[in-house]
Amino acid sequence: MGGCRVKHKDRLAFVTRGLTKSYGEGRSTVHALRGVDLDIPEGEIVVMLGASGSGKSTLLNILGGLDRPTSGTARFRDIDMGCLSDEGLTKFRRMHVGFVFQFYNLMPSLTALENVELVTEIAENPMPAQRALELVGLTHRLDHFPSQLSGGEQQRVAIARAIAKQPDVLFCDEPTGALDSATGRAVLEVLDQVNAELNATVLMVTHAANIAGMAHRVIRLVDGQIGRVEVNKTRLPPAEIEW
Amino acid sequence: MVSPLDRKMLRDLWRIKTQAIAIILVIATGVMLQVMMSGLVASLTETRRTYYERNALAEVIAPAVRVPETVLGRLAAIPGVARVSGRVVGSALIDVPSDPVPIQAQAVGLPESGVQDQNIVFLTAGRLPAKNHRDEALLLSGFAAAHGYKIGDRIDVVMNGAQRRIRIVGLAQSPEYLFVAAAGEMVPDPARYGVIWMRHSSLASVYDMTGAFNQALFTLTHGASEQAVIDAADRVLKPWGGTGAYGRSDLVSDRFVSEEIGGLRTMSRAVPPLFIAVAAFLLYIVVSRIVQAEREEIGLLKAFGYTNKEVGVHYTKLLLIIAVAGAALGCLLGVLAGRAMIPIYTTFYNFPFLVFRPDPASFAIGALASVVSASAGSVFVLRRIFALTPSEAMRPPAPADYSKTVSLKGAVGRLLDQPTRIVLRSLARSPWRALGLSAGIAGGMALASGMTTIYGAFDRMMNLSFTVIDRSDATVYFYSPLGEKAAYELARIPGVIAVEPFREVAATLKLGRKEHRGSVSGMILDPQMVRAIDDQLAPIHLPDQGLVLSQALADILGAAPGDMLTVDVREGRQPVLEVPVTQVASSLIGAPAYMQMQALNRAMSEPNRISGAHLRVDAARAEAIYQRLKDMPTVAGVSVAENARASLQKLMDQGAGSARYIMGAVAFIITFGVVYNAARIAQNERARDLATLRVMGFSKSETLFVLLGELGLITLVALPVGSLAGYGLSFAIARGFSSELYQIPASFDPFSHGFSAAFILCAAAISGLLVARDVNRMDLVSVLKSRD
Repeated sequence: MGGCRVKHKDRLAFVTRGLTKSYGEGRSTVHALRGVDLDIPEGEIVVMLGASGSGKSTLLNILGGLDRPTSGTARFRDIDMGCLSDEGLTKFRRMHVGFVFQFYNLMPSLTALENVELVTEIAENPMPAQRALELVGLTHRLDHFPSQLSGGEQQRVAIARAIAKQPDVLFCDEPTGALDSATGRAVLEVLDQVNAELNATVLMVTHAANIAGMAHRVIRLVDGQIGRVEVNKTRLPPAEIEW
Repeated sequence: MVSPLDRKMLRDLWRIKTQAIAIILVIATGVMLQVMMSGLVASLTETRRTYYERNALAEVIAPAVRVPETVLGRLAAIPGVARVSGRVVGSALIDVPSDPVPIQAQAVGLPESGVQDQNIVFLTAGRLPAKNHRDEALLLSGFAAAHGYKIGDRIDVVMNGAQRRIRIVGLAQSPEYLFVAAAGEMVPDPARYGVIWMRHSSLASVYDMTGAFNQALFTLTHGASEQAVIDAADRVLKPWGGTGAYGRSDLVSDRFVSEEIGGLRTMSRAVPPLFIAVAAFLLYIVVSRIVQAEREEIGLLKAFGYTNKEVGVHYTKLLLIIAVAGAALGCLLGVLAGRAMIPIYTTFYNFPFLVFRPDPASFAIGALASVVSASAGSVFVLRRIFALTPSEAMRPPAPADYSKTVSLKGAVGRLLDQPTRIVLRSLARSPWRALGLSAGIAGGMALASGMTTIYGAFDRMMNLSFTVIDRSDATVYFYSPLGEKAAYELARIPGVIAVEPFREVAATLKLGRKEHRGSVSGMILDPQMVRAIDDQLAPIHLPDQGLVLSQALADILGAAPGDMLTVDVREGRQPVLEVPVTQVASSLIGAPAYMQMQALNRAMSEPNRISGAHLRVDAARAEAIYQRLKDMPTVAGVSVAENARASLQKLMDQGAGSARYIMGAVAFIITFGVVYNAARIAQNERARDLATLRVMGFSKSETLFVLLGELGLITLVALPVGSLAGYGLSFAIARGFSSELYQIPASFDPFSHGFSAAFILCAAAISGLLVARDVNRMDLVSVLKSRD
C-alpha cells in the first residue's frame, strides 16, 4: 500500500471528498451517492441515519473497502482507498476493519471460539480469541455452534469476531436489526465498551433513530447527500436508549 | 397469456442457464449413445433381413464333390424345400501384379439361363457376363475397390491349376459375400480375398463339372425345419461326396455379420444404460439442490395462497423442461450421429443400402430415465419443504446444526486451522450429500477408466495375438493336404528362416446340443511360432490325446476339461471322432481348437499330412519369397502377419469396435459435466460463507480453499472408488466388445486409471477455475444482505 500513503497529520479516520456512486447506465442510472464530503475523527462512535435508499449502506460499503466510488476520493488515515487494488482492499479489510452484519454471518460449521479464531489466525496483532469472547460476555458458550446460540448471542459472537483483530474501525450494518430490545441494548453496550476499551472507531448504519443517542456524532443522509451532521454534547448510555 | 408463475419459471431457467446447459448436455450425451447404438443395431438387423430377402439368399447350402444335375430333382423333392439350384463353386488364385502375395479367391457360377433365383448378385456397375463369352466375369466390388480394378480390366486367375485371363465386365456385391476371408484367416479383409462370378458353362469346363454341380442352394418353404432339410440333403448327397450341408447362419459372411451386429447389440444393451444411469444420478442430485435453494420462494408462493400442487407443478415443470430438453437433444444427436455412421457402416458391411432407423424404444428409455430422475429429485425435496409452514420456510433458516459433527479437539484437531475445520465439518455434517457428489464423480471416473482400459485392451489384444500367440511372419496354405516333404520345399526357399507345418481340418465340434462349425488345428509338438497359451501367457504343451479348446470355443460349447467332444470331420474320409477336452487356452482371435498334429493325422488315418506351414522369413527377401510362393501350384494362399494385423485393426476400428471411440468421448463429457456441476452446487450452497470470508479480509485464494478444498476432498475420495468401479466395469465393457471374431482382454491397466484420474483432476481444476471466477466476481454486499 506504500504508494497510496499521503501525508496527513489530523487524527481523522476517514475523509471523503466529492464521493459519488451510481449504478446502471443511461436513463436507468441510480445515483446512490451524490457528492459526499465527510470527516470522521478516530475513536468516535458515528451513527449514520437515513431512509431506505438514502445511500448510507453504500457509503459504509465504500468506507469498508467492499465497494469503489464512481468518482471522488475516500481516505483512511493516510491511505487513499481509491488507488488500492482488489488485493489492497482485501489487505485493508484484513488489517484495519471489523464487520458486524444484521444477519451475523457466522460460519455455521465453526464453534463460537473457532469463529473468532477464524479471524485471529489471519490478523497481524489479534487479541486472544477467548478475550474477545470475554469482552462480549460469552465465555460460557465457547464450544457452542451457532445453531446452539440465540440471535443476540450470535450477534455477540459476530462482534467478538470483528473486534478480535483489534481493528481500527468497526463497521456495523443494522447490528440490532434482527434483535429484540433487551438483546439489542446488550449488543449496543458491547459496541460502546469496545469503543471505550479499544479506542476503535465505530461506524454504525441504522434505521433506528433512537440509537443516535449513544453516538459521538450523528450523520443524516438524504438522497445520497449529507443532510446534517450533529455532534452530541452528552451521550446516552445504551441501557437508557428507548426502543 | 403466460401466467406469472410461468414467467417466473422462464426467468428462473434463464438464471440457472449454465447449470441447466451442463445438465442438458450430460443427459443428451447419455441418451445420444443409447439412441445411436440401438438404432444402428435395429438398422443393421433390418437391412440385413431386407437384403437377404430381396436377393434371395439361400437358407441351406450343401457342398459336395460332384453331383450330376439329375440329382436336383431328388433334392427338390425334399419336404420343406421351396427352391433348389445347383452351381459350381471353385477356389482360385488371383495374381495381382502390384501384390507380391498370391490372393485367394472363389469362383462362382451364374445360371446359364441368365435368370438368378437364389443368391442374386447386386450389380454396382457394368453388366452380367454374356453368353458365349467365356472370359467374361464379375468381380466383387470390395475387392475391385481395394486393388483399383475397373470394368474392362483383365486379370490373371489360376483355376483348378490352369492359368486363365479373364475380363471384368461388371462389379457386384452379394449378400453371400458381405464379409470375405481367405481360408485360415480369422479376420475378413476385402483386399485379401476375391470373388469372381462367371457363367456356369465357363466354370463347368474349368472345374470339370459339365452336366454337374458341386454346391446346392436351397430356399425353404415357410415354417420348414432347416435341420430336417440339412439332414435330408446330406443323405441325398452322400454318394456324391457331400461334405455336410449347413444353414445360412454358418455361412462365413453371415457369421461375421452376426458377430458384428451381435457385438453392437451386446454393447448397446450393456454400455449406454450405464452412461444414462450416471447422467440420471447427476440430474437427481442437481435438481434436488436447485429446489432446496428455492426454499424461501416456495414459502413466499405458499404465503400468497398457492397450493402445494401448484407450487409442485411449477418446479416440476422447470425441471422437466431441462430433462426433456436433454432427452430431446440426445434423441436428435443420436439420430444425427447414427446417420453419420451410416456411410461407414454401409462400406464396412458391404450393404448396397442402409437406412438409419432409430429404435423407438431407445427414445422412450432415454426420455423416461431423465424425466423420472428429474421428477424424483424435485419430489423428494419439495415434500420436505412442503412440510414446513410458509412462515417457517420464509424465515431466515436457523444456522445449520453442526453440533453433532466432529469436535476436532485433541492433538490432531489443534493442528487444523479454521478454514480446514469448515471443510471437514461441512463434509462430516452432510456425508450423504458429499457421498452423492462423490458417487457422481466416481461414476464418471468408472466410465472414463473403464473406457480407456478398453482402448488399451484392444492394443493388448493385438500385441498378444501377433507377438505371443502367433509369432510367424507368414502362413502358407495348400490346396489340399500334402506330405511333410512340402515343408522342406518351403524351407529351401532362400530367405525362409524357419518353417512350422500344421494340419487344419474342417470339422463341426459338438457337445450335447451345442455345436460349432469350425476347424481343428493340428500343431507340431512344442511349436515356436503359433502356440496355444494359458492365461499366464505360458505355452501349453499339447497332450498326446485330446483337444485344447480356446476359451471362446469352450464358452460357445459350454465345455470344460474332461468333457468328451464329438468332432464331425468335414473333409477326407469324414470320420466322426470322440475326443476329450484336456485344457482351455486363452485366445484373443477366433475360436480355435488345438490338437497335436500327429494325433490329428492318426485320427484322420492320414499320416504325415500337412495343410500348410507358418514361416519366419528374412524381411529383406520377403518379396522374392512371396513371388516364389505365387508360382507354386500347390499353394492356395499366403497370409502375411502384417496384413492380417492391419485387417484386424481395420475391423476393430470400423466395425462394432469403433463404438469405443464414441463411448470414450461420451464418458469424458459426462465426467466433466459431473465434476463441473459438483463444483457449481458447492459454490451455490457456500456463496454466503464465502462472501463473509472475503469481507473479513480473507484473500481470494484463501476463500477458494474453503470451496475447492471440499470439492478436492470429494474428488479424492471419488478417485479410488471410481477406479475400483471402473476396473469392474471394464470387464463388463470388454465382454460387450468381445465376439467370436476377437476377444477383448480386460485387465487392470495403470495407465488408463492414471489418465482418467488426471482427466478428472483437470476437470476439477477447470471447474474450480470457472467457479473461482464467479467467486471473485461475487457481489459481496448483496450476498451478505441476503439472508441465505
